[in-house]
Order: sequence, then structure tokens, then C-alpha cells
Amino acid sequence: MKPLLEMRGITKTFPGVKALDNVNLSVRDGEIHALIGENGAGKSTLMKVLSGVYPHGSYSGEIRFQDQEVAFRGIHDSEKLGIIIIHQELALVPLLSITENLFLGNEQATKGVIDWSAATVRARELLRMVGLQDSPETLITNIGVGKQQLVEIAKALSKEVKLLILDEPTASLNESDSDALLRLLLEFKARGITSILISHKLNEIAKVADRVTILRDGSTVETLDCRDEPISQDRIIKGMVGREIADRYPKRTTTPGELLLEVKGWNADHPIHAGRRVVKDVNITVRRGEVVGIAGLMGAGRTEFAMSLFGGSYGQNISGSAYLNGREIDVSTIRRAMQSGLAYATEDRKHYGLVLDNDIRHNISLANLTGVSKNGVIHHEREIEIANEYRKRLRIRCSSVFQETVNLSGGNQQKVVLSKWLFSDPQVLILDEPTRGIDVGAKYEIYTIVNQLVAEGRGVILISSEMPELLGIADRIYVMNEGAMVAEMPAAGASQEKIMEAIMSSTGRTSHSTRSREMTQ
Amino acid sequence: MSAELNMPAPAKKATMAHFVKSHLRDYGMLISLLAIVAFFQYMTDGTLLRPLNLTNLVLQNSYIVIMALGMLLVIVAGHIDLSVGSIVGFIGALAAILMVQYHLHFIPTTIICLLAGAAIGAAQGYWVAYFRIPSFIVTLAGMLVFRGLSLALLAGQSIGPFPVEFQRLSSGFIPDVFAMEGYHLTTLLLCVATPLILVGLNVAARIRRHRFAIEQEPLALFIGKNITFFAVMAYIGSLLATYKGLPNVLIIMVVLIGLYAFITRDTTIGRRIYALGGNEKAAKLSGIDTRRLSFYTFVNMGVLAALAGLIFAARLNTATPKAGVSFELDVIAACFIGGASASGGVGKVTGAVIGAFIMGVMNNGMSIIGIGIDWQQVIKGLVLLAAVFFDVYNKGKS
Repeated sequence: MKPLLEMRGITKTFPGVKALDNVNLSVRDGEIHALIGENGAGKSTLMKVLSGVYPHGSYSGEIRFQDQEVAFRGIHDSEKLGIIIIHQELALVPLLSITENLFLGNEQATKGVIDWSAATVRARELLRMVGLQDSPETLITNIGVGKQQLVEIAKALSKEVKLLILDEPTASLNESDSDALLRLLLEFKARGITSILISHKLNEIAKVADRVTILRDGSTVETLDCRDEPISQDRIIKGMVGREIADRYPKRTTTPGELLLEVKGWNADHPIHAGRRVVKDVNITVRRGEVVGIAGLMGAGRTEFAMSLFGGSYGQNISGSAYLNGREIDVSTIRRAMQSGLAYATEDRKHYGLVLDNDIRHNISLANLTGVSKNGVIHHEREIEIANEYRKRLRIRCSSVFQETVNLSGGNQQKVVLSKWLFSDPQVLILDEPTRGIDVGAKYEIYTIVNQLVAEGRGVILISSEMPELLGIADRIYVMNEGAMVAEMPAAGASQEKIMEAIMSSTGRTSHSTRSREMTQ
Repeated sequence: MSAELNMPAPAKKATMAHFVKSHLRDYGMLISLLAIVAFFQYMTDGTLLRPLNLTNLVLQNSYIVIMALGMLLVIVAGHIDLSVGSIVGFIGALAAILMVQYHLHFIPTTIICLLAGAAIGAAQGYWVAYFRIPSFIVTLAGMLVFRGLSLALLAGQSIGPFPVEFQRLSSGFIPDVFAMEGYHLTTLLLCVATPLILVGLNVAARIRRHRFAIEQEPLALFIGKNITFFAVMAYIGSLLATYKGLPNVLIIMVVLIGLYAFITRDTTIGRRIYALGGNEKAAKLSGIDTRRLSFYTFVNMGVLAALAGLIFAARLNTATPKAGVSFELDVIAACFIGGASASGGVGKVTGAVIGAFIMGVMNNGMSIIGIGIDWQQVIKGLVLLAAVFFDVYNKGKS
């Protein structure tokens, strides 16, 4: 079979990070091609290169589609050739009808006047193709996520699709919706539509994929053929995580001490949909001087657990109890959680961590203004001294502490967030993806800071999607999946295969998956 | 590690041009105000800065400036308050009913009115902060409600005059301890001493900042600015001294400006308001009770609007149903001309005050020249647009 799509030697760099390094991908006409890899392996970046989100010239390498070299300047160009991408976050307008959404930007109109009857007829036809029985007049907001996903696919069909790219289409679907969607992909295949399927769910891939390409750290590892003989999940996992762990993690000499934090029976519901449990009966312990890792896939409920524990900053109907040094603590508001000795450094530093317009100094003091003031009056010189102290200690690279944080690199922004929480002097610090999007050098420095923290007798909870990182710096690892803790293991005996195994074997066991990640507004 | 990590950071010797460029907004505004004053001083053949007119200028703008202080906090917190004009009218009506119809003494009346302002602010802030209803909508509702209520209170009539002691709030002048004929020496002394103290404080702050290697404005600029400030204040004092001296309301205004400048710059509450407006989620996750803070900015706005209402009523010496109509627009314009950001988190008290005076001087100057109210509005609108364009343009360049 001839290749429909050929991507050769694709390299894409962001400031300080090489997101894709000489990636090759070949998709044959009429196949379902699965693309897998850990979070941050470069799957989404590759698809953005393909669809023109990153225009020609912003990457190096060659893309050939139907034996023609192509140079997309934007998503419009790739859509014209029939390459349609459906993103994980659906791009539908909730308060418009299905019909209106189907033809958004592609209206059934002559001279700007929409022909609604033609649109409705065409919409019915498209909906029939994806097996959706709802009226085309229905508003998007009134149908479930599964059906919304189908509307997106119908929208793709309306554009004469040749290559359909689905980015984790089943991540937010329950099992029966997922099955329906996968069947639809097989139907499309029978009709000659080629698909690229990005998914974490290996069982789905085994069901529908013809070939699998594995990405790791921005490079292609291998492409496996699974039509002739099915490939074992172990084989795929090995490909995904099988990198060598060099000395990327600073050694720690301290050993954990007595019990510091204990959380019992922690539950939390989705902030909007009461009754939809996002965190399910979580129990965890942290000892003094211990780094406790929480592993899991995106949407496993790790951030949701951490934020609900930190003063109920996520979710509703939160229940459970927390003990610090054996005494029950009040974590019902953020302020009380902080006073009890907790701190939470967010995974999303730009939206939740920093006041970007403010300088480094003001950001560092924000969580502990009483530490730089007396009777509510700020002691400016003391504040500057503190800021300079943390600048030195955490090696924040900046022109001065009066530099606005918006102009700092990701690693330095992260250090400012860490400084803020260090200055609030917590007993237990929760770090949520502290090294996301920052380069290797800065990562090492952050690990060093973590080591210092535990050496001071604090406890650290480390949430990370990078398993080598967890294995490298945690003492003990919990594995979280679908809102529950599904495994606990000492880091010494843990491996990426074991963690993946724990995730895979527990997937789908709970009644329905809860992968939505909306935050409290 | 590299040299840039050495502590303390050797403060970059900011060149004059570089510093002015990076603070173009602050200086630009001051210079604009001075230019506008000079322009109208010339166009009105010197009428603008005559002692009588200068006194009028202060009296006419005092309530706008006072409300701009509260509005600045509201805007920095990321909200807006459209109801202040109606609150001015409502509080004026309330004061008139209490003092003229019920013959209540002016002191309890003032207290009741300020409390009423706080209650109004609380009522609006409650919906904004705890129910997340956009402030634009809540205060638009408040604008209608309190305009209606002031009409209802006054039954469509004007009520006045007020007791003499109450009128002094607006039309009174500070007593002259020297009791000189035709010259108010106390005024001159106050207008020399106060700026001197402020200049002294500036010098002390500069020395302190120098020790901590904080970026400073260049020395020449610092000296120039302080001398100009002192000269302008002393000049205004000498002018006012030849008329009736310092108006009472000017003292109130100056004290409030000082207080709010202090709150925004030097207190934890001020810092938290900026953080709230700059990034509400980050502020919340840093343990700041963002809802309560939003609520209190509206309470504060209500109190200041009530004070402005009292001053305005005392100035007119009557409460009319139309009092305060479209004041909110002048107040909001003053804040935006003064460099506040519509998306919150940015803005200075000094900016808002200068913005208010730019509007005030233009109003006054154009009236003296004889430009009709129609074209005055056109010009004011264009100045507002130009000032904000300047902001956006500047930001885009950097």
C-alpha cells in the first residue's frame, strides 16, 4: 500500500526545548494508525505541525501528502487538502445548535445568506453517517460529551476528509461511547478514510489500529505492525518508557523520618456536576523528609485531589480528614490549609501561580505578606531582601527582583512560584508538575531544591506525569487512576512498566471514567 | 554561576533617556496636565489661574477626585462601578430630608449618610463578590435604582437650603490664625510646609532605596521633579492666600489622596487588591480571600461616593433629583486617563488624581473660553480615547 502521508525528519524547537527531534511518520492509505507516547513525548506537537498550526518554516523537515510536498501556512491549508484534526478540547460553541456548529466557518450560504433548509438537510445526512439521532436543532450544551465528539467528527466529514486525526477522542467518554466511536472509525476505514488515533488506552489501540508509531522524548522510537499478529501491551509500554535513566537526578542522603501528614478517606466531586466523583476515597501518608510521588495519566485526578486538599480550591462535596503530626488539621479554606502547614505549587504557573504583570519581589511575598509587614504596612526593604535571598538560593536568573515575571523563562517562573511557597514556610509542599515545560538544566536545579526541602524535615508530595522523574526523586510512589489510588510502591522496587501496568489493569474498573479537568472558577 | 547572580545586583545605571522611556506614562501624564494648564492659562488670558477661579477649580473637582480614589481600587480589583453618580444624588437627597425636613444636626446626618453609602456599596459588592454577577450589570442596576430612589425621596422637588454649618463643608475656608487683612498667611505657610515635608520624605525614601539598590529615577530628574512639585504647590498657595485661603474641602481631598496613596503602595490590603486584579486565581491560591476583598472595595466606593454626595449637596446648597448625573463617567474617565487598566491589576492613585484634574481643567478652561457643552463632550471623549490609545500603543511596543 502506498503511503498517504509521509513526514520526514521533522524537528521543532521551542525556546529552550527541543519538542520534536527528527521525527518520521508514515501513514498508509486507508489504515488506522495509532500514535502513542507518554505525556510530553511530542504527539500533539507533531499533529500541530501536520495540521499547520505551526506553519511551514517554523519547523524543519518535509511533509508529503498524496505524493506532493506540502507547506501549510495555517490550519486552513491543511483542511483544504482534507486533513482534519479533532482536538482533545472540543472546538464547539456550546450555545449554538448542532447544525450551526457543523457549518461554522463553512456555512451553507450564497452571497453571505445562509440557506437553512439546505444546511438542515445536509446536517441530517452527516449526523446519520456518524450514527447520531438527535435533532440538528439541538444546542451543543444539551448533549453529552460523547455526542459532542460525534458532532466534531460529523463536522470533519462535511469537509471532505481524507485524513482524520483524533487526539485522545475517548479520554472523556465512558465505555459504551468509546466503543461506538471506535466502531465508527472502523466504518470510516471501510469507506477509505485514513485515521490517525492518539490514545493512551492500549486496549483500544489493540482493537482498531493497523499500525502503531511510538514517540518518546520527541523522537520516533519505532513503528509496529499489528495486523498480522497482535502486539502485547508490555511490548508497547517498553517502547514508550524504555529510555535509559542516566544521572539526571541529584542524590539525596537523607532518609524519611516519622509520620508527618496523613489523609484519610478523601473524596471530592466535580465542581459543576455534583455527584460526579473525581477523587475517590484517597488515603495517603507523607513522612518527614520524604518525597512522595503520585503517578498517573492526564486526568487521573491527581491535581483535583491536591487542590481539593488545599483548602477546597477544587470541587465540591469534599469529605475526608487530614492529620499533621497526628493532630487533625482544618483545611477547609486555602488560608486555613496554609496556616495548618500546607502549600500547593500549581501545575499551571501562568494561570494559577503568578501575577504575571507584577515583579518577582511582589510574587514571592504574595502568599506570606504578613512576613514582610507590620500592622498591615509593608516593609519594602525587608521585602526586597527576602526576594534577593530567594533569588540567590534558587538561582533565579533575572536582571533584578524588579523584573516582571511575564518576561522570565518557564524554569525561572517556576522558581518564583517555588520561592513564594518556600517563603510561606510549609510543612508539606505539594508540587504539581514542577518541571513541566522546562529544560533539563532547570529541572536538575528544581530537583536539588526538592532535596533541600526534605533535608530541612519537610514533606513533599510530587505529582508528575514523567515517570523517570518520579522514579528518580521520589521515595515512595502512589499510582492514581480514574480518581482512586490504585497502587503504592517504594520507588526502589518500582519501574515504569510496573506503574503503567497498575494504570492499565485498573482502567475501566470503576463505573465510569472521570477525566474532565475543569477547575473551580 | 554567572556574574549576574552576584548579590546585591549592581543596579543598572539607568540613563535619563532610558528611565523616562520606561516611565513614559507617569511623566507623560504630568506633562500633559502642565501643558493643558499652560494652554488654557494662555487662551483665557490668565483667568484660569486667578485665585477665584483656582478656588472654583478645586471645589468643582473635589467630589470627582474623591470618587476617583475609590473607583481606582474598584478598577484595579478588576471591576467597575457605574452607580456612583446616582449614589451622589441619593445621598444628597437623604441629607436634605434629614437636615431640612427633620432638622437633624449636620454631624449625625453626615454619619448616617456615610453609613448609608457603605450599605449601598455592600449591597452591590455582595452580588459582585459572592454571586459573581458582573459588576457592570450590578452597578448599572444600582445606577437606575438609586436615581429612582433619589427622585422618590425628593418627590421630584429640590430641597434646600442647608444649615450654614453644613454648607461650610464645601464653601468654607480654613480659619486664618494670623488674621491678616486681605492675605491668608496660614494658607501660604501650609502650602509651603506640607510640600517641604513631602520633599523631605522623598529624599529619605531615596536614600533608603539607594541602600537596597532599587532602581531609581536619575538624580537630575528626581531633583527637577521635587523642585517643580514644591514650586507649583507654593505658587498655588500664594495664589489662594490672596483670596479666601484654603477651602475646607481641599484639606479633606489632600488627606484622602495621601491616605489612599499610602494604602495602595504600602499596605498588605493594597497589595492584595493589585494581586486580585492582576490574577484572581493566583491570588486566591495564595490564600487571599478574593471575594471579601472585592466586597470591601465596593463598600469603600460607597462611602466615598456618599462623601462626594454630601460635598456636592453642600456646594449647591440644595438637593436636586438631577444631582450627580453622569458623574460616574467623569470618575471612570479620570482613572483610565490616569493609566488604570480596564482588565485590572494596574493603576495608581496619583494617576487617577492627575486624570481627574486633566478633566477638571479642561472643563473649566473650555467653559471660560466659551466652548459649548456639546463640543466639550466631544473633546473630552477624544482625550480619553487618546490617553488609552497611548497606553495600549506603549504596551505593544515594549
